[in-house]
Amino acid sequence: MDFKDTPDEAKFRAEVRAWLEANAKPKSATGFSAENPRFQQSEQEALKKAKAWQAKKAEARYARITWPKEWGGLGGTPIQQVIYSQEESKFDVPTGFFEIGLGMCVPTVMHYADKATSERFVSPAIRGEEIWCQLFSEPSAGSDVAGLRTRAEKDGDEWVINGQKIWTSGAHYSDYGILLTRTDPKAPKHKGLTMFWISMKAPGVEARPIKQMSGGANFNEVFFTNLRVKDSQRLGAVGDGWKVALTTLMHERLAVGGGAGGSGPDVNELLMLARETELEDGPAIKNAAVREKIAEWYVRGQGLKYTTYRTLTALSKGSVPGPEASIAKIVVAPKLQDLNSFAMDLEDMGGIAVGEDAPAMGAFQQAFMWAPGLRIAGGTDEILRNIIAERVLGLPGDIRVDKDIPYNELPTGR
Amino acid sequence: MNFDFSDDQKMLKEQAQKFLAEKCPTKAVRKILEGDEPFDRALWKQIAEMGWLGTSIPEEFGGLGLGHLELCVIAEELGRALAPVPFSSSVYLATEALLLAGSKEQKEKYLPKLASGEIIGTFALAEGPQPPTVKSIKASLRGGRLSGVKTPIADGDVADFAVVVARSGEGAGERAIALAIVDLKGEGVTRKAVKTLDPSRSHAEITFKDAPAEALGAAGEGWDIARRVLDRAAILMAFEQVGGADACLAMAKDYALNRYAFGRQIASFQAIKHKLADMYVLNELARSNAFFGAWALSTDAPELPEAAAGARISASDAFHNASKENIQTHGGMGFTWELDCHLFYRRAKMLGLALGAPRVWKDRLITHLERKNVA
Repeated sequence: MDFKDTPDEAKFRAEVRAWLEANAKPKSATGFSAENPRFQQSEQEALKKAKAWQAKKAEARYARITWPKEWGGLGGTPIQQVIYSQEESKFDVPTGFFEIGLGMCVPTVMHYADKATSERFVSPAIRGEEIWCQLFSEPSAGSDVAGLRTRAEKDGDEWVINGQKIWTSGAHYSDYGILLTRTDPKAPKHKGLTMFWISMKAPGVEARPIKQMSGGANFNEVFFTNLRVKDSQRLGAVGDGWKVALTTLMHERLAVGGGAGGSGPDVNELLMLARETELEDGPAIKNAAVREKIAEWYVRGQGLKYTTYRTLTALSKGSVPGPEASIAKIVVAPKLQDLNSFAMDLEDMGGIAVGEDAPAMGAFQQAFMWAPGLRIAGGTDEILRNIIAERVLGLPGDIRVDKDIPYNELPTGR
Repeated sequence: MNFDFSDDQKMLKEQAQKFLAEKCPTKAVRKILEGDEPFDRALWKQIAEMGWLGTSIPEEFGGLGLGHLELCVIAEELGRALAPVPFSSSVYLATEALLLAGSKEQKEKYLPKLASGEIIGTFALAEGPQPPTVKSIKASLRGGRLSGVKTPIADGDVADFAVVVARSGEGAGERAIALAIVDLKGEGVTRKAVKTLDPSRSHAEITFKDAPAEALGAAGEGWDIARRVLDRAAILMAFEQVGGADACLAMAKDYALNRYAFGRQIASFQAIKHKLADMYVLNELARSNAFFGAWALSTDAPELPEAAAGARISASDAFHNASKENIQTHGGMGFTWELDCHLFYRRAKMLGLALGAPRVWKDRLITHLERKNVA
């Protein structure tokens, strides 16, 4: 039992590090990043920098390490992808615009489209020239995504699409998207769906940012008004859209290494705050109740870190990771919410202040307002518990009262 | 990255699981719980014959000379089976204390007999219903004689000797605490069994009155050694707890799949599914923290105190949660004497208090983190 690389892994890590050192700057000790999208003048500026970095990575074949060489990858292993991500995270480089496209959308296109279409799209995507988004969720179809309403109707050799998507990351700067639609409302809900790839620049597509409760706007609503797509843009058979979507989501689950971390202040920041904060009976770090809380979150965080190490071990040995990898977000998101709420408690009456003048530049308050979103995005706490119960523990699926009923006869709420 | 047990260690775990499933079904645990025997002597004898007691004892002292990783996998299976034997007292505590602080003569005298099961050792720290601290320890060691009352001491009624934590005449603060080995069958020792929450593991009150005592470790280092022994035992016990927690989840799952209510398996209700999912999450976190403990223990890493605290806090939490939610999943039947749920509930709480409650370990964890921050 150890945490060391195998000789091959060590060699690969050295290669990657040498390349990064030649092409990027290490992160500063303060954590400030000249390249982080959060610190850019504008999103366009951030995007420009990210695209330039992606092009460099693609040239070195590090943009998609596990993809075959003929598609611009390195033909590497999942553990090599992890090693690259670990090393890259030590450098101040702009990331975050391409994961959805390269991790989920483009693999789906490659799986279902003809070779010519794949050839058209793969290379610009891997070089960061074209960005993709995933158009699944709708106002009336969140956890129950197969309940979606966006309608595609056949018109000769084309389809006419009307409806609305929501929570689409990056829709406003994406060039293409994969779109799940309803083509047969008379079929039961999973059976009447069909998937297409679309151009986000086509007439009839409009992306509008959603203002979140946290104040930011990281997601969009996307409206389709008589959008016309060719039948050749269809991915998979008519009515097979659910099957295609599952392929997409499977790719999401295989994207190891991204994780659910990095979303706000954690135990270290709380420890720092507790050292600095004077409570009624002395420094907070000496207070028994404070110590107990911090210890509990520390142990959860460590438990997750070592769970990741177990997953990486499986990858390193070339085997499929065990189901333990599925617990990450259900641990991280509630911890983020509770820990940051507690940090504000330590700041006491002053804890309500927000913004850059607030203690710790308002980082705890910002995370407190972001955490509710993290508990919902990418599978709610409740859906994740269902997934663990059903796929890991093998408990029965929920009884689906809508399973055999035509979609257009299902009861709907407001 | 190789953060896993080896194939050989996994094979040992499988063998242990198979052996204990056969020799130590819950029926055997119940026999100790309900009867007068302090532990399962037949099982203990077989465990000794397989060499498990000497897993981490070097061959020169009569052990198998394997290592702590092997001991971890055995511990997990003992925990899963709720084995009613003095393994933790004799192996995690007495043996570890001797390995850490024993002189060559002491090792030669005790370790081969501990390895063979000829004698049983225990560790006597507790002095009643409060956490034992440098200030609170009353047992006193003067001129090679020990006096005081230790209770409740796991296996104190059946052990041949105890490593006792006592106050010496010399030194101040921590330096005043010393360790001594005392023959529990010798003069000046009286013991009586103590009724506990978990009668499948026997405990005793031991009264020492000028009992002959032999020093273990250097003068003034008793408290430090005791803490290190507890750290090591906490990691091994965490594996027992993880094994027990895993057994609770399996039991709850099995029941939920076979119990029908409102015309369907209760395992199909989200109230039950989510409960079991939460058990799984806590169990996996505990397992991963225990793995880190195993690594720290097997390499004697500087991180061992944090790893031990992390493993203990996480595993105590997981086993307690799994044992209580297992009862809840079983509904009314879970509250009966007849079903085995309470065996796990008792053991979970007992193990969570043995070696000190999680509250104390959380405080210790922060102390270590702060020490590291200053350094």
